[in-house]
Amino acid sequence: MSPVWLVVLVVGIATWAFKAAGPVLLGDRELPEPVARVAALLAPVLLSALVVTQTVGGDNELVLDARLAGVAAGAVAIAARAPLALVVVIAALATALTRLVS
Amino acid sequence: MSSPPSSSETRYRDGLRAAIAVAATVWFFGASFGLLARAAGMGVLAPLVLSATTFAGSAQFAITSILGTPGGAAAAIVAAVLLNTRYAPISISVARLFHGPRLRRLVESQLIVDESWALASRGGGRFDRRLLLGAGLLLYVSWLSGTAVGVFAGDSLGDPKNLGLDGAFPALFLALLVPQLRAPQAALAAVVGGAIALVLIPVTPPGTPIVAASAACLLGLRGSKP
Repeated sequence: MSPVWLVVLVVGIATWAFKAAGPVLLGDRELPEPVARVAALLAPVLLSALVVTQTVGGDNELVLDARLAGVAAGAVAIAARAPLALVVVIAALATALTRLVS
Repeated sequence: MSSPPSSSETRYRDGLRAAIAVAATVWFFGASFGLLARAAGMGVLAPLVLSATTFAGSAQFAITSILGTPGGAAAAIVAAVLLNTRYAPISISVARLFHGPRLRRLVESQLIVDESWALASRGGGRFDRRLLLGAGLLLYVSWLSGTAVGVFAGDSLGDPKNLGLDGAFPALFLALLVPQLRAPQAALAAVVGGAIALVLIPVTPPGTPIVAASAACLLGLRGSKP
């Protein structure tokens, strides 16, 4: 097998397994109370980690670039209770404009 | 006379409109991936199969940048698997939405991707099944068709960064995080998780900061309602 197809196969199977882990192994069964409380925090924690890594994450370094301006503009739109789609568009525009002038 | 739409219906429509904006963004990244994969010598079919089976942008971009370097395939596999490990905790958080035979749950679970998961998130550990699968399907079609265009005609499209699209994703995640911060315990966990990720970015391989951040969920063991 060529290296390219080996990568496609292994990464594909691993990702299938990760994505299926919760739905296939747990499904809709009730979790014990302490586990449910831990699982309920997964959303805010992972969303927060995604915000951080996608705003300032680089290849083994913190990178402060136009994305920061985009997220800041998005934050203003969020505070002004803009609909989600508008937040996304404003953030992209602010990122693009900052990159254009810097 | 029809009754006014419930708040969950309003949020569903808001989420669906956002999914369309996000799908357009994802399409450009798919095209960019297709172009880079072609340039990295992956051919035509392999990038398409990768997009169809892995369906996770950051890991796929990592593969295109690592495959041609010394260490090649093995290094690309390690990086991509590490990047996608976050889907284990992510899929556990939405496990309750999946019913029926295991095979059906396996297939439906492949529509879990950062953006569909985030859009479906309702706070307090709740998620909207229609949004998760609806947005997931839309993003899947968008990612795959973008990849196809990138593989065959990518040169003419340009870099999605010039359109600022890389700033759109963190803003989306922030918009979906903010309403969940009203509960003190969730707010504390989010701050701790974000701090863990921030500290680890410079010292660990990409992917690790997000997985390590999930340790902040253990704050849920302290008792009070999240």
